[in-house]
Amino acid sequence: MLTYLARRLVLALITTWAITVVTFIIMQLPPGDFVDAYVSQSSAMGSSISAAEADAMRQAYGLNQPFYIQYLKWMSFVARGELGLSFEYGRPVTEVIGDRLWLTIILSIGAILVTWGLALPIGIYSAVRQYSFGDYVFTFVGFIGLAIPNFLLALIIMYVGFRYFGLNVGGLFSAEYALAPWSFAKVWDLMEHLPIPVFILALAGTAQLVRIMRANLLDELRRPYVMTARARGLPEYRVILKYPVRAALNPFASTIGYLLPFMVSGSVIISVVLSLPTVGPLLLRSLLSQDMLLGSSIILLLGILTVIGTLLSDMLLMWIDPRIRLGRDT
Amino acid sequence: MSGATDAAAPENRIAVATQRQLIWWRFKKHKLAVFSAAVVLAFYMVAAFADFLAYAEPFDTQATRSYIPPQPIQWFDAEGNFRPHVFALKGKRDPRTFKLSYAPDPSDPRDLVLFAHGYQYHLFGLIPTDRHLLGLSHGSPQDAIFLLGTDQLGRDLWSRLILATRTSLTIGLVGVAMSLVLGVLLGGLSGLYGGTIDTVIQRVIEVLRSVPTIPLWMGLAAAVPNSWTPQQVYFSITIIISLIGWTELARVVRGRFLALREEDFITAAELAGASRMRIIFKHMVPSFLSHIIAAISLALPAMIISETTLSFLGLGLRPPAISWGVLLQDAQNLQTLGLAPWLLIAALPVIVVILAFNFLGDGLRDAADPYG
Repeated sequence: MLTYLARRLVLALITTWAITVVTFIIMQLPPGDFVDAYVSQSSAMGSSISAAEADAMRQAYGLNQPFYIQYLKWMSFVARGELGLSFEYGRPVTEVIGDRLWLTIILSIGAILVTWGLALPIGIYSAVRQYSFGDYVFTFVGFIGLAIPNFLLALIIMYVGFRYFGLNVGGLFSAEYALAPWSFAKVWDLMEHLPIPVFILALAGTAQLVRIMRANLLDELRRPYVMTARARGLPEYRVILKYPVRAALNPFASTIGYLLPFMVSGSVIISVVLSLPTVGPLLLRSLLSQDMLLGSSIILLLGILTVIGTLLSDMLLMWIDPRIRLGRDT
Repeated sequence: MSGATDAAAPENRIAVATQRQLIWWRFKKHKLAVFSAAVVLAFYMVAAFADFLAYAEPFDTQATRSYIPPQPIQWFDAEGNFRPHVFALKGKRDPRTFKLSYAPDPSDPRDLVLFAHGYQYHLFGLIPTDRHLLGLSHGSPQDAIFLLGTDQLGRDLWSRLILATRTSLTIGLVGVAMSLVLGVLLGGLSGLYGGTIDTVIQRVIEVLRSVPTIPLWMGLAAAVPNSWTPQQVYFSITIIISLIGWTELARVVRGRFLALREEDFITAAELAGASRMRIIFKHMVPSFLSHIIAAISLALPAMIISETTLSFLGLGLRPPAISWGVLLQDAQNLQTLGLAPWLLIAALPVIVVILAFNFLGDGLRDAADPYG
């Protein structure tokens, strides 16, 4: 068990390191450094920055030093939680991102919970009633869910909602709460707006999980122990739920690790379409205007959060699966 | 594989069939996959003959043709004779809202002509011609035929959709080809040598798969300079999407290598003194080629979705280039959709082709192992 945990931790650290390197490269890719961007931004705004000031900034960030030193300097800033200034907004990156990061997390986790909540019963039903009408319906819906990219689904739902129901499905808050400080009423307002984006986000993942669950459970149901249980007169729900479902659940649980990055990716896209106040639209804007400190900070934060989430799901898996808990490595 | 010399008796058919025949028989049983194969083939035919199927120059802008709704073809004339024609459109500007509205002008019918002359292009990029499937008896087609309507700049949606099909489908192919090279190379190394190399490559794959890809793609794609030509953008976007797409292919290849290493016929070849290269290319590759083909047909839709998503966000291909994502970008906000809902038609081929590839891939995967 400890080796499993240690391996996961080391992998998480390596992933985090890889993410920082890639983020750093992304930050460096546009021509010119970000002091150049800052200088041109300020002169566009009317204030000017002297060459000496610009040089001082370069010195502070170590921009005239070799690549790896720049990286280390930047890392030391990041480690202290100083993500720098967003040149477009003229405010610290942490302030610009603000609540949006939490809304991204809420959206992604909500989508995972819905995925689980839907995929488990549907998967069991489809396996137990294989080739029934309901099974075909779910398979069909699942294929559609897999085939429609989620930004298209968001676009179509937005259009249908607007055209036929006169609803505006965009946003996460009603107008009166959008800028209001957090309160119970605002949380309730959020709860009312969440279902549509969460459902859009969850559909593709659900379709995938249903297929996995159905296949796994079908394999288990053919095992002799199921027949034994039935022969001994156990009630049907116990025959199915007690062992086969539990055994089929193991590979199911291990997919959370891949589900989370998938959800985070998806949330960025559908937030742009539905104009949700998450980090998605912010990321897109910062990348389009080459506000690289803000853009790369968002990529970095999303990446690290995903790593933490994956690590947590690995621990959950350990708790579910006795084979891992008791230390039999496969 | 046994020789086909004694294939006379029909009951021996299965026993003496080559692997290729077995795969084909198994594949034929999956009706949906066969149908999907036809759909995919049709899409690639459209891509190959894109300019021929388009009737209007896809870049020809005209402010007076802005947002024309799709117009039906009139199949019969006033006397009831079969004579496909369209009416010229008359635009009127609403004096209050300044919105252009269009009405067909029944006094000006124009006959549809097959294999008509139109704008100049090179068929397959080689043969210069100006023949198009559809054209008009008189007047230029982009002023009268509007099968799917026009966009804001008055460009014909049908013609643009056809040309977008070519871009989006080929970008998928090029992307898959690139991730195939990476996947086969790294997956092969991983499965063949095992040990440290295997561990390192497997960890790299795990790291890549645990990173949210879209933010990463967005970051990389945003760095493509604005000054690049459409061709350069096209290739950099393909490289970006294949950089992350190779992991699944590598996993499949590695799995097959690991499974085959244990097989008796490989051991036999080794004992017979065959060189490593000979074993790989003579014995291993033919037996897992079908698996790779199945994996490719499942990887292609993912590539197409990636390109469409990036272009939709404005970070992929850029406007002089036409792809499904670029077309959908026009349909991004509610105002435009309320004004011109037909722009959403570009979503249809995306969904159809992705569904078809998924079914095809499913069928191929089942058929890849015909002995099971």
